Amino acid sequence: MRKFLLEGLLRRPLTEAAPTDPEIAAMALATGQAARRRLGRSLSIRQLDAGSCNGCELEIHALSNPYYDLERFGLHFVASPRHADVLLVTGPVTKNMTEALQRTYAAMPNPKWVVAVGDCGRDGGCFAGSYAVEGGVSAVLPVDLVIPGCPPSPKALLTGLLSLLDAAEGKRA
Amino acid sequence: MDQIETPMPQTFRNQPAPCQTVSATEWELAAVEAARGRFELFSLWATEDAVHMALRQHVSGRMEMLSLPLTDGAFPSVAAQHPAAARLERSITDLFGHRAIGTPDARPWLDHGRWGIAAPLGAAAPGPDLAPYEFLPVEGESLNQVPVGPVHAGIIEPGHFRFTAQGETLVRLEARLGYTHKGVDALMRGASLARGAELAGRVSGDSSVAWAWAYAQAAEAALAVEVPARALYLRTIMAELERLANHIGDIGAVCNDGAFAMMLAQCSILREEVLRAAEVAFGHRFMRDRVVPGGVTHDLDSAGRAAIAALMAHLRIRFPALIELYDGTASILARTVTTGRLASEHARRFAAGGFVGRASGRDFDTRRDCPYAPYDELTFSVPTRDDGDVNARIWIRIREVEQSLALIEQCLARLPEGPIFAPCAPAGAPRAGLGLVESFRGDVLVWLALGADGRITRCHLRDPSWFHWPLLEAVIEGNIIADFPICNKSFNCSYSGPDL
Ligand code: SF4
Repeated sequence: MRKFLLEGLLRRPLTEAAPTDPEIAAMALATGQAARRRLGRSLSIRQLDAGSCNGCELEIHALSNPYYDLERFGLHFVASPRHADVLLVTGPVTKNMTEALQRTYAAMPNPKWVVAVGDCGRDGGCFAGSYAVEGGVSAVLPVDLVIPGCPPSPKALLTGLLSLLDAAEGKRA
Repeated sequence: MDQIETPMPQTFRNQPAPCQTVSATEWELAAVEAARGRFELFSLWATEDAVHMALRQHVSGRMEMLSLPLTDGAFPSVAAQHPAAARLERSITDLFGHRAIGTPDARPWLDHGRWGIAAPLGAAAPGPDLAPYEFLPVEGESLNQVPVGPVHAGIIEPGHFRFTAQGETLVRLEARLGYTHKGVDALMRGASLARGAELAGRVSGDSSVAWAWAYAQAAEAALAVEVPARALYLRTIMAELERLANHIGDIGAVCNDGAFAMMLAQCSILREEVLRAAEVAFGHRFMRDRVVPGGVTHDLDSAGRAAIAALMAHLRIRFPALIELYDGTASILARTVTTGRLASEHARRFAAGGFVGRASGRDFDTRRDCPYAPYDELTFSVPTRDDGDVNARIWIRIREVEQSLALIEQCLARLPEGPIFAPCAPAGAPRAGLGLVESFRGDVLVWLALGADGRITRCHLRDPSWFHWPLLEAVIEGNIIADFPICNKSFNCSYSGPDL
């Protein structure tokens, strides 16, 4: 173990540069709020799988690896919706998960934001039209931001969440 | 050829799926023999007017398919004889409305009473309100129940677990799944071959390549398509990269559930590097939509080849250091050794695929035992163990990582030149084919029926987790509640795959 710890001290960090401002600004917010950047803010995120194929979850997990290191931006995942500012929802929202999604949202304190992840979260993706899905998170909850992709890459997720950080500042001010 | 074994030639590999129509008595007999261990149940599914079983003969290794036409919308229950069939059978009733006569468990499985219709692939009539789900009764002194889910604390798929504990010790776990049911079977019906491939690649997000390959195999067998050799090698590289990413990521995640966060950090770096190489080589981190009936969509250029070769060299240095770290840290071994032991008897009865089965003595790997090209030309070994605990499942995955590295290196060295795709023309008559591929989790099975116009009439997709979930429930007994996460992660069952 010492070898790894020592190496951690000597080796350059793997963590990569943050997405640039234009990239962040390019993420269109559904709410249309003006982005106002102020560093040092933090957001607590509760992730919820509302019927995804698990592909989106894998890339959300990747945000915590040393290459992306989500926490350096003040973004972190929390276990309880009661501690969360943001509900990060994946999947085409299956009918079997609708109630769980609504109840999770209801448990969050105000103000709160909903981010729909993936093509499925956007509009049901390739599962749209099935008897078993609602088709997109916005069919069930008000959505503030959509991060499309199948699955969206960790970089796209990071960029989207940072754009939300700006907007969240606007909503609260 | 470096082939070590000569397994039973499988006729389903290169021709439309052979299928025997049987009588109700023969059907029941097959179920009894499956329970006795003469056959392994590989899957159980329905079409509009029949039920079907895929069985593998234990001794000869031959795959058999039996079909039983329904009588008055019913069939003799397989689960009544063989418990491994229970949830598959309950799903048949949920989706098609076919009744299983003599079933030991008539509760719905996928149908939570929320679709608005009942039997969506059958009568699809407006659904009646379902009574609240009844968990199995528990009796005994000072038992307490802990309900968990469908929403869990972490970033994980949804499902409900009902724990019954006596003090700290678990006496029963009952899972209730179906939350991510998306209705894939219904979406498949009437779909084009290409649309079917898109759906198959999204059955379980971590096994995109394996699912797409199994689906492609089924289509190619049904339509008797000869896939170019280069495409087969490229599929293998993709499938093994997928296995590497999942195995390495999960080894870290299991250790993290044993409070050894450093392994997670180190493994997540390697996993990320595998996905990045996949993106350079094949244009997508999960190589999604790259395997299609007839071949692959993406050729490997010199930059991609170099990226994979560099990744292999890198992993050969970094991965052994991580294994040393795992093996040399007593605090994590104290959590994994003897925890969550799966008896080999159970693994055999449920025909547990993948590392779950192989860590409990079930010496089966589709790549070797129901071989498909090009694995029959490649050299690899199939690691097995008998101890069946969390530690054993980790070690099987470690050994499989080493095999995957060797397989990818062989593929790069031998990669044939030539086309990567052969068109799949409709057969002009109804056809069916079977696909069976070893995903990182175990064997994924696809049975595909095509109409004369080449459109899908039925596609059955059986995830390995169908048989893993009930085993996880068995494994948990006698462990403490706090060890559930590490046991669970050591199985890493898919929710989306069996929920479909
Ligand atoms: S968007 Fe793609 S990766 Fe995400 S849940 Fe849907 S199918 Fe899976």
